[in-house]
Amino acid sequence: MIRRTLAIAVKEFLHLRRDWRTSLALLGMPMVLLLIYGFALSFDVHHIRLAVVDRDGSRASRDLLASFLSSGYFDLTDFRRDLSHLPHAFDSGEIQAALVIPSDLGAALAAGRQTSVQFLLDGSDSLTATTILGTARQIVAATSPPLVLDTAPVQARVLVAYNPDLLSSRFLVPGLLAFILMVTSVIATALAVVREKERGTVESLRATPVLAVELLLGKTLPYLLVAATAAAGSLTLAWALFDVPIRGSLLWLAGVTLLFLAGGLAWGVLISTLADSQQVAFQVGLLSSMLPTLLLSGFIFPISSMPKAIQVVTHLVPARYFLVALRSIVLKGTGPSGWWVQAVALAVFAGVVLALATARTVRSL
Amino acid sequence: MSALLALVKKELLQLKRDPKLVPLLVLAPVFQLVILGYAATTDITQVELAVCDLDRTPARRRLLDTFTASRSFRLVRSLDSLDEAEALLARGRARLVLTIPAGFGARVAQGSAGTVQVLADGADAASGGIGLAYAVAALQHFSAGQGTRTAVELRPRVLYNPELLSRHYMVPGVLALILMVMTMMLTAMALVKEREVGTMEQLLVTPFAPAQILAGKLIPTTLVAGVQILTALPVALLWFRVPMHGSFLALAVLTVPFLLCTLGLGLLVSTLSRTQQQAMMLSALVFMLPQIYLSGFIFPIQNMPAVFQAVTYLVPLRYYVTILRGVFLKGVGLSVLWRQGATLLLMAVAILTVALLRFRRRLG
Repeated sequence: MIRRTLAIAVKEFLHLRRDWRTSLALLGMPMVLLLIYGFALSFDVHHIRLAVVDRDGSRASRDLLASFLSSGYFDLTDFRRDLSHLPHAFDSGEIQAALVIPSDLGAALAAGRQTSVQFLLDGSDSLTATTILGTARQIVAATSPPLVLDTAPVQARVLVAYNPDLLSSRFLVPGLLAFILMVTSVIATALAVVREKERGTVESLRATPVLAVELLLGKTLPYLLVAATAAAGSLTLAWALFDVPIRGSLLWLAGVTLLFLAGGLAWGVLISTLADSQQVAFQVGLLSSMLPTLLLSGFIFPISSMPKAIQVVTHLVPARYFLVALRSIVLKGTGPSGWWVQAVALAVFAGVVLALATARTVRSL
Repeated sequence: MSALLALVKKELLQLKRDPKLVPLLVLAPVFQLVILGYAATTDITQVELAVCDLDRTPARRRLLDTFTASRSFRLVRSLDSLDEAEALLARGRARLVLTIPAGFGARVAQGSAGTVQVLADGADAASGGIGLAYAVAALQHFSAGQGTRTAVELRPRVLYNPELLSRHYMVPGVLALILMVMTMMLTAMALVKEREVGTMEQLLVTPFAPAQILAGKLIPTTLVAGVQILTALPVALLWFRVPMHGSFLALAVLTVPFLLCTLGLGLLVSTLSRTQQQAMMLSALVFMLPQIYLSGFIFPIQNMPAVFQAVTYLVPLRYYVTILRGVFLKGVGLSVLWRQGATLLLMAVAILTVALLRFRRRLG
């Protein structure tokens, strides 16, 4: 069995070598994508376009404005004394937030009265808006003197574990890695079997003594090699360029990554055995790898915030498990006690999918 | 004209003949919309909170209530010592650990400043950061309840999306995505398939003019995209209740230049690839992925480095996403969005010119 599996693997490998463009794409694409998107993507909010309407013009209002600008979150795009232009500026997207300082701010502070400033905010992008609102609250709370002195406010001493600066790249890059590896590994094998079907060479395979399971394993092996190389390259890139620390053991990292890749490749093989044409195989492969990994893995959108029904569905997405394990190993340096459930889930996924593909091939052979 | 109709009919027949393609084309958009509408939520709720209470006085009860009163936090564990906190974070069981030190209640009762410790999991920077912001807000709220007020109060007013629902922001973007994927991929595939199978030659020797052949390819894909949008739009409006503040007419008018862009891109892809596989790789990786990531659809453009911000100006989806969000959420029309529309039109002209030139050369 091993001999026949290897024979298929060698044959597939020769295909890969002859089609060097595809092989190069499979090898290089993950790194190129990581390079581009690792730099481009971020949830760290900066350069919020802020308009200020200062009706006071006192020292207090200037101080407040200065603390907004020195926070590093806001760019002053517009400074005026009246409100009339604000609606249009919001509509056209010229500004995202506006701070309206009332004419009595300086007087009220001098007299020890309480007063308020208005903060208008474009809420369309809710994540950015929530962050801006939190920042504005903190700035105002920090600059404003306490009004009643008999009780002091509760102070928070904040510690952030694993990622003290809360850099979004540290958590986005592992997610991006999972996304890229999933898409490339599914696409790599999705066409492998269906190509033989389309060209009719599956008939000649049928005439050989190769078993379905040998055929599928042999088809997967070369791609596993290619994908593993690409994964190693991408991980190195993430570590070298994007400050993603690798705190855990490399051995565990390699093991979990291989399990994940095996699952992705197996999924591609399953699609390949189900589809009749390369076009359908590619569409299904792309949609079924790209969208769930992008949306349902916790890469960008936190799973705990999703409705229960969708949370159940996320259990079918291998990237979900890989991401937990990857972030644990890379960012937290945890050993298997922290993520063995995820590793088992990945292994089960790969096994079940490959079994399904085999069953399907047995019938069609 | 009747020649064109015949070509369109042939194309639609071919679509119908692939039994797995038709359900894919009809169901994929609705499926994408439903999943995205529910899953693509950046609203951080239910942040897993663990509490390590070393004080055990009534004051901490009130403090905890301010945390759990909103849906922002979900209390998952009560700890007896700080040692467990690290392990909880490491396993991802909790995102935030609130530690109330011994003597907290006594200090609060005296009116002096109590200090609590908030330990956050930074590995998920988005929910960690938001969780932290919520925690600070909850503490301020608690302090205010204790009678501490600051002299200046912030009165926020959120425009366009007052409940700050990310769904309202994402769903219009999804419509744009569906439109782009389908028109671009279908166009490219339909043309490359014809060449790969060799039937392009046969079409060329028929009395049809090349322009007619091309239109015969583009019209059916536009029709399919139209059907897809008409099935997806009710889902967005009625099921997800995305507000539609603008006019459908403005939406339709501004959609035309975007469609021309995507059809042109599909045509361009078809001239750049010899096989269907190449066409799909090219359209997926070179044209689709950048559009998803660099259009501001998920990741805000202003957060990107300046170089990438410059690149986003070349992405048609960027303008169309702005248009969709403007029409849906802000209710603005051509008077505000004409710039985006005009830019798309210019891009469409440029893309179509290049694509048509290449297409003619490949024919000749």
